Amino acid sequence: MSTLDAHVIEPAPSSGVLEKIWATPPGILGWLASVDHKSIGKRYLVTAFLFLAAGGIEALVMRAQLARPDQHVVTPDQYNQLFSMHGMTMIFLYALPVLSGFSNYLWPLLFGARDMAFPRLNAASYWMYVAAGLFTYAGFAMGAGANDGWFNYAPNSERDFNPGLNIDFYALGMIFLGVSTTVGAINFVVTFFRMRAPGMSIEKVPIMTWGTLTASAANILVIPAVSVAFFLLWLDRQYGTHFFDVAGGGQPLLWQHLFWMFGHPWVYAVVLPAIGMTSEGLQTLCRRPLVCFEAVALATVATMVLGFGVWVHHMFATGLPALALSFFSGASIIIAVPSALAVFAWIATIWTGRPIITTAFLYFASVIVLFVIGGVSGFMTASVPVDWQLTDTYFVVAHLHYVLIGINLFAVAGGIYHWFPKMTGRLLDERFGRWTFWTMFVGFNLAFLPMHVTGLLGMPRRVYTYASGFGWDTLNLVTSLGSLVFAAGVLMLVIAVLRGLRNGAPAGANPWDAPTLEWSVPSPPPTYNFLEIPIVASRYPLWERTIDHGAARSRLRTELRLEAGRETLATSALDADIDLVMKMPGDTLAPLVLTIGMALAFVGLLLHLAWLTIAAALVTLAALVAWLWPQRELAQIAGAPR
Amino acid sequence: MSAVVADAVPVGGVGRRSVGWWGLVTLIATEAALFAYLLFAYYYILVQFGPAWFPERSPSLKLALPNTIVLLISSATIRWAERGMRRGARGMALGGIALTFLLGLAFLIVQLFEWKAKPYSLRSGSYGSLYFTITGFHMAHVTAGLVALLLLFVWCLKGYFDTRRHVPLLIGAAYWHFVDVVWLAVFFTFYLLPRLW
Repeated sequence: MSTLDAHVIEPAPSSGVLEKIWATPPGILGWLASVDHKSIGKRYLVTAFLFLAAGGIEALVMRAQLARPDQHVVTPDQYNQLFSMHGMTMIFLYALPVLSGFSNYLWPLLFGARDMAFPRLNAASYWMYVAAGLFTYAGFAMGAGANDGWFNYAPNSERDFNPGLNIDFYALGMIFLGVSTTVGAINFVVTFFRMRAPGMSIEKVPIMTWGTLTASAANILVIPAVSVAFFLLWLDRQYGTHFFDVAGGGQPLLWQHLFWMFGHPWVYAVVLPAIGMTSEGLQTLCRRPLVCFEAVALATVATMVLGFGVWVHHMFATGLPALALSFFSGASIIIAVPSALAVFAWIATIWTGRPIITTAFLYFASVIVLFVIGGVSGFMTASVPVDWQLTDTYFVVAHLHYVLIGINLFAVAGGIYHWFPKMTGRLLDERFGRWTFWTMFVGFNLAFLPMHVTGLLGMPRRVYTYASGFGWDTLNLVTSLGSLVFAAGVLMLVIAVLRGLRNGAPAGANPWDAPTLEWSVPSPPPTYNFLEIPIVASRYPLWERTIDHGAARSRLRTELRLEAGRETLATSALDADIDLVMKMPGDTLAPLVLTIGMALAFVGLLLHLAWLTIAAALVTLAALVAWLWPQRELAQIAGAPR
Repeated sequence: MSAVVADAVPVGGVGRRSVGWWGLVTLIATEAALFAYLLFAYYYILVQFGPAWFPERSPSLKLALPNTIVLLISSATIRWAERGMRRGARGMALGGIALTFLLGLAFLIVQLFEWKAKPYSLRSGSYGSLYFTITGFHMAHVTAGLVALLLLFVWCLKGYFDTRRHVPLLIGAAYWHFVDVVWLAVFFTFYLLPRLW
């Protein structure tokens, strides 16, 4: 048994045995069959950025159209598709998947495990995300992209008002994507509760994982709402049911309820993990534990619990009874409390710490500023009379971009600067990083700060064009110019990453002197993550010598080598006592085949090709059976050792 | 692997400590939410229109009630199969699974007759749309359960399970119980509520 303390980072000897057990074979088949969480995480990140680029280009075309009054850069119908696809892409195909990318990559490393709880499900989740994204974009490429806004209100999305396949592509694509998100969420929840290193009891869990845990638990409960909504809408459109049309005894407002019961928790789902990344990054770069750690973790959960009860604030203008409005208005105002708690904890952490001003720090600190601006404008619209004035204006557009870009994209950029060295073993250039940050920050505020005024002056969102003389001309021009600067900043971020991949300086295992377990392994980590499963004794295993944690000493070198096949530990949910040695599945094509089957089934449903749907469902079923078939090497068969 | 871990800790999934069991619990959570939203759609529209919305105030229980009992019995038979597996009585386990499968199949067939007997259709109005969609969702879940039972039967027959290692059976049985509980909610909503209102 080694007596080394965890904070002594020495290059762990590599293990040829483990390398052989965990390696993904080279070649295209090996690539397609990989279930390694690190590969999947990186694929999520790259794919999400491709969708970010697509959504960004759509936004730029819209800003060209809106730069001056009375322009005709695109047709009104194209414009409808552009804003719908832009919203759908950014919210569903970028914002959550990019965070899933970080979490997939980092979680097992943060927890001291060798993979996620369900590696094959992880691969399936990624493939389904890609397939669902391509499905919706196939519609767009054919001129039949979503065209009723990302929240797709009935009855305008019913067939009478919106013939063509536009909404059908969107509806089926969203149901497909919902499966991906749900299985991904299940994987995070089970991983959180069962895959932590021995000793990492619930109060020692790294702060950043609380965000993804909370978001995932919420997604498990709310994704079905939107899947049901889109499925019922599709039935209305294709099979003559009457869920949302008044003539047949349906209720258009039912759509709004189902959509926002999902939609509002989703808004938190796409920011809470990013808030977690911000907390993690700030405490590391401020060289001190996060102030009010427990309160921040609980506030994360509290935000989501309250977040289930605020959906009607999207519907204040629909004529609901005053009592309902008051209740939901109150809930929407109260939700500012846990959010503000995180903000104050961050400020206190910086104030009382010794901040090291890296590019990552700039991004994380800017999250605080943008969160406050977006939070205040959200707080304003939580008030019913203010909302009546501002709803469906550019004020709301400004608000949601401050929240989504401010808390998501800026945190993601910070996350890239912070964890890129871990993923690749190379540092990003700090000098270019500053330029990138300031370009993004200035461009973003130039584009979206004036937009609040545009909204206050009454410009409705989603209008194709506008006449001169309302006082909107200059504001729109500024926004369009700002969006160009912002886009240039995002492009610089991509260039920074490409340059870093080529010739970034070597990073070493722990370039930021960070406290959590992912920094205890080499950069990039070996395929098996940890040579030996660590035993954790405190919240900051790598800071035990520098901050006062009593006598707690985590151990990185342990006897938990686990090299009889793909093995890692499962521990108990709260105390993280050793519970099982888990036999982990190897690489397999089943998740990919399953996804192809599902994608073809959705094509069959879209085009009313019953034979295709049935054949594809059988392929899906076959892949599932092969996947679930008990295997001796996974100790799933009677008589397997112990 | 060291002796410390080797002696005390099981390798692979065993019982409810298995990670697969946790996966099932979360799956049931999301599936329960799915049915909750479907039923929300029903109750939301019901509240708007009141009892005038019901196409029939006393829907026939002639098929639905016996069918409910069939499904409840099937929960008992799968439990019996589990007990058999724990005791190592493979015949009992196989018999329990087979019986559950047959009861589930009977339920589905009776449901098809029940569908035919309804005076309204999927397109006749929002009530019919909800009735056929919700019961259809439930039948799809029963069908998935039947496929699972079929697999469990084959795996059991091949001797894959013993008294200690039979997590798939635990998971399949819990899923089956869940599908039965959902039916009770559906049954109350469509068959009892119009009478009680």
